[in-house]
Amino acid sequence: MAIGNLPNAADIIGTGVPRIDGSLKTSGTARYALDHDLPRLVHAVAVQSTIGHGRIRSLDATKAEKMPGVLLVLHHGNMSDAYRLVSEQSAGRTNEARPPFADDKIAYWGQFIAAVVAETLEQANAAADAIAITYDADDPDVEYDLSNFDGPRPSSWLRGDPDKALAEAPVVVDETYSTPVETHNPMEMHGTVADWDGENLTLYESSQGVVNHRNVMAAVLGIPRENVRVISRFIGSGFGGKLFPWPQSTIAAAASIKLQRPVKMSVDRRMMFSNVGHRPHTQQRIRLGANKDGKLTAIRHDFFSQTSINDDFVEHCGEQTPFLYSCPNLVVTTGMVRRNVGAPAPMRGPGAVPGLFALESAMDELAIKLNMDPVELRLMNDSERDEGTNKPFSSRHLKECYTTGAEKIGWKKRTPEVGSMRRDGKVIGWGVAGASWAAARVPCTASVELCQNGRVCVRCATQDIGTGTYTIFAQVAHAETGVPLDRIDVFLGDTGLPEGPTSGGSMVTSAILPAATDASKTAVKRMLQIAATTPGSPFHGAKAEHLELTAGLIRTTSQSPVQGVALEKGEFTPTRETMQGIPFAEILRIADLSGVSATGRTHPSFEDENARKYSLHSYGCHFAEVEWEPEMARLRVSRIFSVFDCGRIINTKAGTNQILGAAVMGVGMALFEQTHYEPQRGQPINGNFADYLVTTCADLPDLNVTFLDYPDLIVNEYGARGIGEIGMAGVAPAITSAVYHATGVRVRSLPIRIEDLLQSKVLSA
Amino acid sequence: MQTFGYVKPTGVDKAIGQSAGNFIAGGTTLVDLMKLSVEQPKTLVDINLLPLDKIEKLPNGGLRIGALVRNSDLAWNADVKKDYAVLSEALLSGASPQLRNMATTGGNLMQRTRCMYFREPSAGMPGGYACNKRTPGSGCAAMDGFNRIHAVLGTSEHCIATHPSDMCVAMAVLEATIHVQGPNGKRTIAFEDFHKLPGDTPNIENALEPGELITFVDLPKPVAGAKSTYLKLRDRASYEFALSSAAIVLRVEGGHIRYVRVALGGVATKPWRSHEAEKALLGKRADLETFRKAAEAAMAEAKPRKDNAFKVELAKRCITHALTLATA
Repeated sequence: MAIGNLPNAADIIGTGVPRIDGSLKTSGTARYALDHDLPRLVHAVAVQSTIGHGRIRSLDATKAEKMPGVLLVLHHGNMSDAYRLVSEQSAGRTNEARPPFADDKIAYWGQFIAAVVAETLEQANAAADAIAITYDADDPDVEYDLSNFDGPRPSSWLRGDPDKALAEAPVVVDETYSTPVETHNPMEMHGTVADWDGENLTLYESSQGVVNHRNVMAAVLGIPRENVRVISRFIGSGFGGKLFPWPQSTIAAAASIKLQRPVKMSVDRRMMFSNVGHRPHTQQRIRLGANKDGKLTAIRHDFFSQTSINDDFVEHCGEQTPFLYSCPNLVVTTGMVRRNVGAPAPMRGPGAVPGLFALESAMDELAIKLNMDPVELRLMNDSERDEGTNKPFSSRHLKECYTTGAEKIGWKKRTPEVGSMRRDGKVIGWGVAGASWAAARVPCTASVELCQNGRVCVRCATQDIGTGTYTIFAQVAHAETGVPLDRIDVFLGDTGLPEGPTSGGSMVTSAILPAATDASKTAVKRMLQIAATTPGSPFHGAKAEHLELTAGLIRTTSQSPVQGVALEKGEFTPTRETMQGIPFAEILRIADLSGVSATGRTHPSFEDENARKYSLHSYGCHFAEVEWEPEMARLRVSRIFSVFDCGRIINTKAGTNQILGAAVMGVGMALFEQTHYEPQRGQPINGNFADYLVTTCADLPDLNVTFLDYPDLIVNEYGARGIGEIGMAGVAPAITSAVYHATGVRVRSLPIRIEDLLQSKVLSA
Repeated sequence: MQTFGYVKPTGVDKAIGQSAGNFIAGGTTLVDLMKLSVEQPKTLVDINLLPLDKIEKLPNGGLRIGALVRNSDLAWNADVKKDYAVLSEALLSGASPQLRNMATTGGNLMQRTRCMYFREPSAGMPGGYACNKRTPGSGCAAMDGFNRIHAVLGTSEHCIATHPSDMCVAMAVLEATIHVQGPNGKRTIAFEDFHKLPGDTPNIENALEPGELITFVDLPKPVAGAKSTYLKLRDRASYEFALSSAAIVLRVEGGHIRYVRVALGGVATKPWRSHEAEKALLGKRADLETFRKAAEAAMAEAKPRKDNAFKVELAKRCITHALTLATA
């Protein structure tokens, strides 16, 4: 849709506004973190451990230090004074608890053990290769099976007596599901340009949370927050891997401080697989008990979540389990199992995505045991109330998601027998699964300024990770001021701006809407006040409440004389000019003001008495179709219908894009993605794009997205909830269920591999 | 990456004179491996200015392909599409359009394995993974490591690395002849003799002598009345090396197979001409039962390891289905 054809003012909310930053990206003029080549810039290159567990016996940098252009070699022998630990309570969150080069211990393959800083990247690379390291190596533990674990397994969400109910249930499903390590692979890799000027540190980062990044780095380096500025104007996506700082930021900053020069440090694609997070491996046993009519009587969700040696990270697989279905007896248990791998990190839909793979796969298996339609089973067990927290749902339309999706794919034509559906010489399989994700309104401040040049500036220290946040801000500013989108400038991704939220948990849109609206309304109010009180203004003497700002023009709302102020008659008479409207910029010139601005705030839902009475979640489902060609063991996903209940959609184009992208990642999760840890050394052995498979364009199914678009007014005045994560939940179990329907093979350990499909007894189409 | 010299001669004789160097054409394998320090040439001899970029008809009805003909130009050449469709299909199933625009015919013959251990910078070195291809005698880490993509045919106790090329599988069934020129003059090598089995010298991958340069690949006159197909099976639909592939050229007369060539990719240490499959097919009825027997024969000697056992069954389906497609 061309910008000129968009509806005006408030109607712009809920339409498909194209990205206002789109042309900067397509023309290559958007500057990303590593595009900042500052004068006197030098390059840092990391040296990685080539063992997966043990100690550094010796590290000899004497040759490297004498090589051309080399300025500094950092390692555990000379770095202990550079960093401090970070308290999550006071400073913020980091991804790797242990500071880089803290000691001689190696906890995972690829761990940074030294860094070389040199005048050029080539010099730094050559010197990094010249560092001689010997190790005392131990065997790394990268055992895939997580169940041999005797650590604590805390319970949560216990209600009723799930074990008794399972023992008494006439129908039981008891299966174990696992998801592998999946590595975040945003197009833009991690990287830092650190610039220390002797007093102030500027960090150009690819960060999903500039404010947290600043707070953490200030604490790590022992510098006042006021002296640290983090800039992430454009981000080539993050998927959760860029929520919190990684060691390369610390190393670059420390090097810049030591050298008094700007330092650039990048994380290459190979390092992406070892050093900067991944979705951890999970292993989940699900036990479902049901009556013969399909009513759930018990759910037991016992899961193990893999983490690194030094970091306590749990993939909360049981988060959706307590409220997705109505069930009187339920418990979730958690086991955090350590392996010699790098620190995990949240990845799109953390917890929910692997958790719902297990729960929804088990529901499909229950439907088959009951000889019942899997949609029917879900509708029958749908919950009227959040039975985990015992609160009403703010807005839940999951049943309608299922009925709408069923209609779209033509579910009533489905025949449930394995391998029973054919089309164009291929076997067809259909599967379905549900999705859910938490909603909240997190704190945010934003400012809006009406400027003398006729433009509107919006400012907030949140960031646009590629999802459309710039555009959402512009839509709100347009809705409130009527100033056309091409005269609205949005400034994000800079800690010099009013504090905004981290781009995580699908919380940004619902957080920024109230603050941006509040700031816009206040700025407009102030502008009208100025118009009414400035001598020489055509509105001088009017009351501000009789004026309005529409389409960037201030005008009188009444055509007849109205009660005014300060004039002899106490009356203000509108003229043709004031009725037609005068650009606000003209009034600012008359008043000799550069602009008028206001700051707005979002009051968080967790401090809102009313919001706290409700269970706030989004819902949705995917219907997937696969094509199976047994003659050559070829499986392709051909169609996915996604129906989502995410509150009101503010930008249908950006919103649809989120669900489409998530479905594509879900196809990758189902069919391709797995980081393989080499058994001898614990190395992520397929750490490149030829060997770690992600979905290609050729693998894309026909994707169809529907939003129910029911506003959730408990969350904010627009009724918008987040949509970034939820789209990935439910894709994999919908596909594995479709695969079972087509092939008779139930894949409980992702990804689905040709090895699994070769077991199919459906041998011809 | 190590420092290296660079020359760009204009004639074949001058290029061959630079025998201390490594030839570089499209660079799609060599540059990649140089970045990983797997290849560390002292000098790169850039052969892109040599007059070896033509596709010409031969008087005997065959086709001469210059070593510098790009994969995309070869795949879309009208004669290749008409007379050697299996080659066009194989080329287009490989890599990505960008890579095919760079990669050359000669370079593809020299393509090196995607064995993850071989590609590790320190493989074969002290402290690195064992790799007999990198350092003979150092061992093979893939043998008991993660070996899902590795070979089941033509392996030895010293190496199980898969030959990754699609083009070469088609060249094998087309019975190409490779022309080379070196310090001792010109000679030709039959395609089947070009790539070497690993045996106990997995570091020796082909029949080239030091300093020899591939100049042309000749394809014989197309087989009259033959049909062909290239079938590639892999995890995803595009941009991935084969887990199993099959190239077929055959002619059926009166329901019986009168001419047949079968080669396999993705499962063997070299482009794998399956004489066993051909023997099981020749003179037999062109039906599913015959195809299945041929597939069994082709894989009878397969030696799977821990993670690649599925390739035996996958290759059988690949052969059977490729034969079905070729006779359809």
